[in-house]
Amino acid sequence: MQKLPIFLFTGRVHLETERGYIMTTFYTENHEWIKIKGAAGVVGITAYAADQLGDITFIELPETGYVVQQDGFLCEVESVKAASDIYCPVSGEVLDVNEKLQDSPGLINSDPEDEGWIVSVKLKNPEETKSLLSQQDYEEYIKELGQ
Amino acid sequence: MLEKIGVSSAEKLFEVIPQELRARSFSLPEPKSEQAVSEEIERLLSLNKTGVRNFAGGGFYNHYIPAAVDFLASRSEFYTPYTPYQSECSQGTLQALYEYQSAVCRLTGMDVSNASIYDGGTAAAEAVLMALKIARTRRKIIIDSSVNPIYRNILRTYTRHLDAEIIETECAKYRADRQKITSLLDKDTAAVLLQNPNFFGAVEDFSDITAVAAQTGAVSIQLFYPVSLGILKTPGEMGFDIAAGEGQSLGIPLSFGGPYLGILATRRQYLRKLPGRIAGAARDNQGRRGYVLTAQAREQHIRREKATSNICTNQNLMALRALLYMSLTGKSGFENISKKNILAAAGLREAISTGLKDSVEIPSYGTIYNEFVIKLPVDAREAVSMMLRNGILAGVPLGDFYPGKEKELLVCATEKNKKEDFELYVNTLKSVLEEN
Amino acid sequence: MELIFQKSVKRRKGVDVTGPIEGGVDSLIENNLMRESAADLPEVSELDAVRHYVELSRRNFSVDTNFYPLGSCTMKYNPKILEKAASSEGFSNLHPLLGFYYPEFCAGALELLYRMQELLSEITGMHSTSLQPLAGAHGELAGMFIVKKYHKAKKNNKKFIIVPDESHGTNPASAAMAGYSVVTIPTGPDGLLDIDILKEKLTGETAAVVLTCPNTVGKFDPRIKEICSIAHEKDALMYYDGANMNAILGKVRPGDLGFDIVHLNLHKTFATPHGGGGPGAGPVGVTQQLSDYLPSPRIIKAENGVFRLSFDEKKSIGSIAPFYGNFSVILKAFIYILLLGGEGLKDAAEKAVLNANYVKKSLEDFFDDPYPGRCMHECVFSASSQGMAMNIAKSLIDSGIHPPTVYFPLIVKEALMIEPTETENIQTLDDFIKVMREISELMKKNPEELKKAPVSMPVGRLDEVGAARDPDVNYSS
Repeated sequence: MQKLPIFLFTGRVHLETERGYIMTTFYTENHEWIKIKGAAGVVGITAYAADQLGDITFIELPETGYVVQQDGFLCEVESVKAASDIYCPVSGEVLDVNEKLQDSPGLINSDPEDEGWIVSVKLKNPEETKSLLSQQDYEEYIKELGQ
Repeated sequence: MLEKIGVSSAEKLFEVIPQELRARSFSLPEPKSEQAVSEEIERLLSLNKTGVRNFAGGGFYNHYIPAAVDFLASRSEFYTPYTPYQSECSQGTLQALYEYQSAVCRLTGMDVSNASIYDGGTAAAEAVLMALKIARTRRKIIIDSSVNPIYRNILRTYTRHLDAEIIETECAKYRADRQKITSLLDKDTAAVLLQNPNFFGAVEDFSDITAVAAQTGAVSIQLFYPVSLGILKTPGEMGFDIAAGEGQSLGIPLSFGGPYLGILATRRQYLRKLPGRIAGAARDNQGRRGYVLTAQAREQHIRREKATSNICTNQNLMALRALLYMSLTGKSGFENISKKNILAAAGLREAISTGLKDSVEIPSYGTIYNEFVIKLPVDAREAVSMMLRNGILAGVPLGDFYPGKEKELLVCATEKNKKEDFELYVNTLKSVLEEN
Repeated sequence: MELIFQKSVKRRKGVDVTGPIEGGVDSLIENNLMRESAADLPEVSELDAVRHYVELSRRNFSVDTNFYPLGSCTMKYNPKILEKAASSEGFSNLHPLLGFYYPEFCAGALELLYRMQELLSEITGMHSTSLQPLAGAHGELAGMFIVKKYHKAKKNNKKFIIVPDESHGTNPASAAMAGYSVVTIPTGPDGLLDIDILKEKLTGETAAVVLTCPNTVGKFDPRIKEICSIAHEKDALMYYDGANMNAILGKVRPGDLGFDIVHLNLHKTFATPHGGGGPGAGPVGVTQQLSDYLPSPRIIKAENGVFRLSFDEKKSIGSIAPFYGNFSVILKAFIYILLLGGEGLKDAAEKAVLNANYVKKSLEDFFDDPYPGRCMHECVFSASSQGMAMNIAKSLIDSGIHPPTVYFPLIVKEALMIEPTETENIQTLDDFIKVMREISELMKKNPEELKKAPVSMPVGRLDEVGAARDPDVNYSS
């Protein structure tokens, strides 16, 4: 079974891995994913996006406490031939950032939906997830893009 | 060729352009032979005054250029390629840029340099734009009026349309107003821009101001004069975040205003905010070391409207000249040139103060590098004009830049000005003043 | 190859500029104002340095040594008289401040600048020209500031600059530096701007439309006059990016088409050497109604025939460079125009277009042609059905040919943009065509082989990803 980041609420979110935890994952048309458990979510970019960008060379992470609106600017990633803005799938506040990406931005390519996570956020309005894509919707969406 | 393409004449290839869109006029001279053009250039050259002894600086200096700089920079392989996009067949340019960046870091005490931009003024402007990006929401920029007024003009043009506020502090007695600057530094300050030596040649240690800037979270920028850094405290040693400078003094001729060289260096943490090209080391598939243009995702060809700047090419050939100059003069030679300049200015100052003590006042404002202000009994512009007729460019009149200073002249001496020149300067100025 | 710093030997001296320094500087400067130790510059002899840099120079392809069909860059030959004139002491030693105060002492230089302003205005069909911008992108920036100034004077509320998706990255970047947002218009299957979408996006808030004409896929838009009038109806200015001016010299003038602002790249169109990536020069020309906004100072001819500077700070966008532009670059372009004359310039455009079409025709059966039909001075192919443009580029290096521009324009997959220029002869073009055809065959038969290229250079393909992840941009030891 694949490792998944999960949350323990102790005032601040810790990211650990454990077997078998169930979470809901949503996607955006801008190719971000968010895995949600309760009032918090972990955000990253999809394998499709990572592939389109090519080898990621740099990511400028936001600071913890950064407040962001749904679809608002979260951070920037760079590859050799491209630069792209990452938007936040939901409104909220950044709780934690994946510091490992500072030295190893390639994690976004090698393991985009797990070790390559970017930030965790505290959701402001869980209702917002209704506007996001399910895994099935997203898979169909990228299939269309490929055509 | 025409047959291959299937047209009867080259003009037919322009058929796609309707007749009504064609040029209404194209009234240009007839073609000329190379000899005829050469003669025309000779005629224009003869209209310029040559053989002038130069005592003007103001940011643009008359330095000796070693012969090997011209020789090496005129190699076709250096001056006829373009930007080294294809690194494998551009290792010459790329390694030279890497060496240039390394030499700039050693000179300025900064961690990283870009591969150069247009000139000192645009380097200052780009440094300020960079600071606005680093400081995100902060919008205030503090600049002292002892910063080169020509650069302050460029900066105004660059920032006029942006959501930023420039505050100019009035320098006091030819030196930056430290108290005023420190009191203005606050949570809304994005950047503070200072110059050393300043426009009047005064040498300062700005360590105290950079410390306050760091405390308030403002980015500190120093404009520098490369030759002076042979002996002066570096921007890095003083704690500046960004060093920007005009590199013309490093083996680049005055050429009536350009091309020059914009030097821009910063701390490691701001590398991704630097505008312009940057060369970096890389390995090939056999582990051999080579060089590439790196961190290109900052740039306009990738990031378009979100780029760190719109700048495309660097000022490559000029950066090469600066590198050649620094390599050829070398560690001790460069230091000697730097020393010779401060000595030359001291010599000229001494000669003026002895020879013209009854007519010319030399304000004292502490340590100077190779420039200083003198006060004449007459309008400085007129005096300079008369001096020119005698073959001497006597300095930069300050009146146009600093209202109220119409009788003041900024005088400069470099390693090219000799003792005999100082005497000639004094004697000529004496007779000019007597005529008045 | 070792760095100059690695060849350094303690206390070895280079060129002696000053001779021995008599007397110390201690009495002139306090210790706390001085650097702690001398800058660690190389310690090499003149011969060491000359060998090092001559060897470095041999690691470059250049116009003088190799065919260099780099698209969008107009790598034409630079006649040597340009260099000779620019190095004349009467120009190279001229202090720029002379122009500010004492024009009579630099009358030759000012006359040259004035005549160049006039020549470029005639070539572009504009009312007046400023030579101040230091490069093409810098000219664009000046142009954007002029747009801003114009709308401010008319109290127009404008927010957007329109650019096509095939445009140079500098266009949107310059617009952003002037505080504008950017609206991008797609290119249609014919290689031309989608005019319906343009009409839809062009609103009262559009400040200007920036076009390259012919555009970056090598097409001239015959509807250009119509586009200009659509923009003018909304009081949006038309901006001409002069990167491709070499295609239409003497045939078409942006001013006649309805453009309001033009920048030129003297290093492209007017044969000044590219210097390995600068210096360039990017003069900007405008219509009469915008002429007061040009950068200050400008060179004027007084009634008595004397050339001098004019400072009009009130209306002008101000100065964007310290003096009058990159003088020696302007000087070289001036000489080039005198040499060729009007007829020669027209001829250059014809030959440039002829050469590009010859290459296009000769290669269209070998590579995908995203925009079939005739081209102007450059042609764009796509390598996507055969493989990667990068592999073609690197193989060309092994044949001693500088690769075309690759991966631009961004709208063409695996783009190869070829601009042969007018100064190349048919033998050179035929050699290039032969090599390209061979590469095309190799791509079919043995694509793996291409991935190894180049093999004849001092280094093979370099790891750009590794370089960008952990940038080593300053030699330390």
